[in-house]
Amino acid sequence: MSMDLSYTSEQQAFRQEVRSWLEEHVPDEPLPSMDTAEGFQRHREWERVLAAGRWAMVTWPEEFGGRAADLITWLIFEEEYYRAGAPGRVNQNGIFLLGPTLMEYGTDEQKARYLPKMGTSEEVWAQGWSEPGAGSDMAAIRATAVLDGDHYVCNGQKTWASRGAFADWIFCIFRTDPDSQRHKGLTFILAPLDAEGVTVRPIEQLDGETGFAEVFFDDVRIPVSHRLGEESAGWKVAMSTAGFERGLMLRSPARFEATAKRLVDLYRRHEDRLDGRVRESVTRAWMNAEAYRLNTYATASRIIAGGSIGSEASLNKIFWSEMDVQMHETALSILDARAQLLPRAPAAADVGSWLDGYLFSLAGPIYAGTNEIQRNVIAERLLGLPRS
Amino acid sequence: MEFLFSEDQQLFQEGVRDFLSKECTPEQIRSLWDTDDGRSQGLWKALGELGLLGVLASEDHGGLGGNEVDFVLLLEEAGRAALSEPLAQNSALAIPLIRDLGSAELANTWLPRLTAGEATAVVGLEADPLVHAADSADLLILQHGSELHAVPGDSVTCVRQECNDFSRRLFQVDWTPDTATCIASGSQAEALIDLTFDRAILAAAAQQLGICQQLIDLAVDYAREREQFGVPIGSFQAVKHMLANVAVKLEFARPVVYRAADSVARGGDHRSLEVSHAKVAACEAAVAGAKASLQVHGAIGYTWEVDLHLWMKRAWALDVAWGTPSFHLARVGATVLADGTRIGPGGLDA
Repeated sequence: MSMDLSYTSEQQAFRQEVRSWLEEHVPDEPLPSMDTAEGFQRHREWERVLAAGRWAMVTWPEEFGGRAADLITWLIFEEEYYRAGAPGRVNQNGIFLLGPTLMEYGTDEQKARYLPKMGTSEEVWAQGWSEPGAGSDMAAIRATAVLDGDHYVCNGQKTWASRGAFADWIFCIFRTDPDSQRHKGLTFILAPLDAEGVTVRPIEQLDGETGFAEVFFDDVRIPVSHRLGEESAGWKVAMSTAGFERGLMLRSPARFEATAKRLVDLYRRHEDRLDGRVRESVTRAWMNAEAYRLNTYATASRIIAGGSIGSEASLNKIFWSEMDVQMHETALSILDARAQLLPRAPAAADVGSWLDGYLFSLAGPIYAGTNEIQRNVIAERLLGLPRS
Repeated sequence: MEFLFSEDQQLFQEGVRDFLSKECTPEQIRSLWDTDDGRSQGLWKALGELGLLGVLASEDHGGLGGNEVDFVLLLEEAGRAALSEPLAQNSALAIPLIRDLGSAELANTWLPRLTAGEATAVVGLEADPLVHAADSADLLILQHGSELHAVPGDSVTCVRQECNDFSRRLFQVDWTPDTATCIASGSQAEALIDLTFDRAILAAAAQQLGICQQLIDLAVDYAREREQFGVPIGSFQAVKHMLANVAVKLEFARPVVYRAADSVARGGDHRSLEVSHAKVAACEAAVAGAKASLQVHGAIGYTWEVDLHLWMKRAWALDVAWGTPSFHLARVGATVLADGTRIGPGGLDA
């Protein structure tokens, strides 16, 4: 165990293999947004192509169609994926969030039932944790599941379910013990979105598209076999030890490095009319993306060496989300008055997707636990300041 | 690819931290402010015995034969303890410079004494003419254009330049170059000057990490104890979030500094860019740490009596030493923003 920042020959060979495959298969034209019906379908088809090449879930064990790649190998895959400009991952809720949790807590039957169709995106998953009264305060969940024979009868409302508008399944946390408080008495349940009594109401986001949805449960009967982990263990399952690795996989450094590269390219095109402040801002954007990459490699090395990551994930969340906003703000400042134009405006020229990306970046400090909650976690669990 | 320190490196770091927490206390640091040279011969000798001074010297010269990756965590501890001895000057700059010069005579004469804490050497480059501890140095290695000179301490005149950080004795060095003192010239000297400059930048960045950590720790300790409105002020979110922000900056400065250490050790293709990145990130964390820590301490932090200013002043001094943040941002930008530089997922040249 010691510092060695060069790639092994296996890692270099893997990079080449990914690069060649992507060069051959990535669509020439960007796909339509996955938050439209047509775009969702096109992204699902892309996942099928990826899965056929065994690239859809490279970190999964081989028995479930993966390549059992370690985290460093995964980072290399991601670097190549973003370098190739390949489509967004429509089933990331499934492959990166639920998949690893299923492998940790699922029964053999559950793994056999869910993982293959998840891997090929024949079944795309939405996430159903938030409720109208349970956002940052996730333990305030009120949706209920009552045991009735070999079924749970589910009632309540989930909201901000990402991919909810077009997904096939949703993983939720319900309160199974009506007398329980906070984190206790919660149970992790997998629900088909076409079940009787389920109503999906898409929510229009800032950009007018429907990336998330409200999901209403009205006496929905879910077989007990759809429960993941023990009854009342839902919080533990949701916060499972694989938590950070999943966070790391969802926000891979390559995404921000690709954004930084686009920002530098934009700057170069407009350099003549820009002042030193913008130059510093663009330089910082690249530096931050690079710092995030290095930090992720250090974390991945620690995990591979048997270490674990807990509340440090909160440091990560704040860094990447604020970096993403800063990069987009800088790009908009370079675009000047055109920064308010949609790409279809006749004078838009090279505004590209910066405005769209800016809107998306602003969701970063909100979702997956607002940055204010993350700061509390850092202060209380890492620094040791007293709870309020 | 493995971005980890070895167990030995981490144990050495802990050993140094323990040692400095006992032997380099704020009282000891303050006691040197009014002395002639601001130095503690006893502490310097003890640092030599600990092996800290000679990490970069070969074993033949009494050193550990290590590289910058071995040294970076130890410099961090020097920052954490606000060590005032010229560890960076002597051991991160002068020793490897003498080692790399190729003069067996110079190396055999000086390196054993410099690693043992029996003598001190410092380096003066034109990029930063304020030389730390020049007046107490037995040997000065000084840049003169594209030449390097080895000059004995008794043949230079040191003009004190009082520093806001009382532990940091800075001097302007007046001296006359001589063919007898010239130890390198031309392209060899230029390469060594560039390398030494990058080592100085790295050493400053590494110390800033430790300084930032200490500033956070002091603020956390104070915020847990100090009560207002009947509760510890550390329970207020405004206080928590201020310190959490500094913790984020420190967390993401660390790997940048460690990578820069690896780059200096290996002679990486982008060494200069990487040390500059490290300095910007580490200085930003330390300066933010000073601001937040002072704010958390409130009026008491604004006093001479409380030790907080030892670290604040070191953070501010190192922020501008060996190139300001703007200088280093420009140095990074010159490569990253240049036509033809390949950037993108995977870093430079991926």
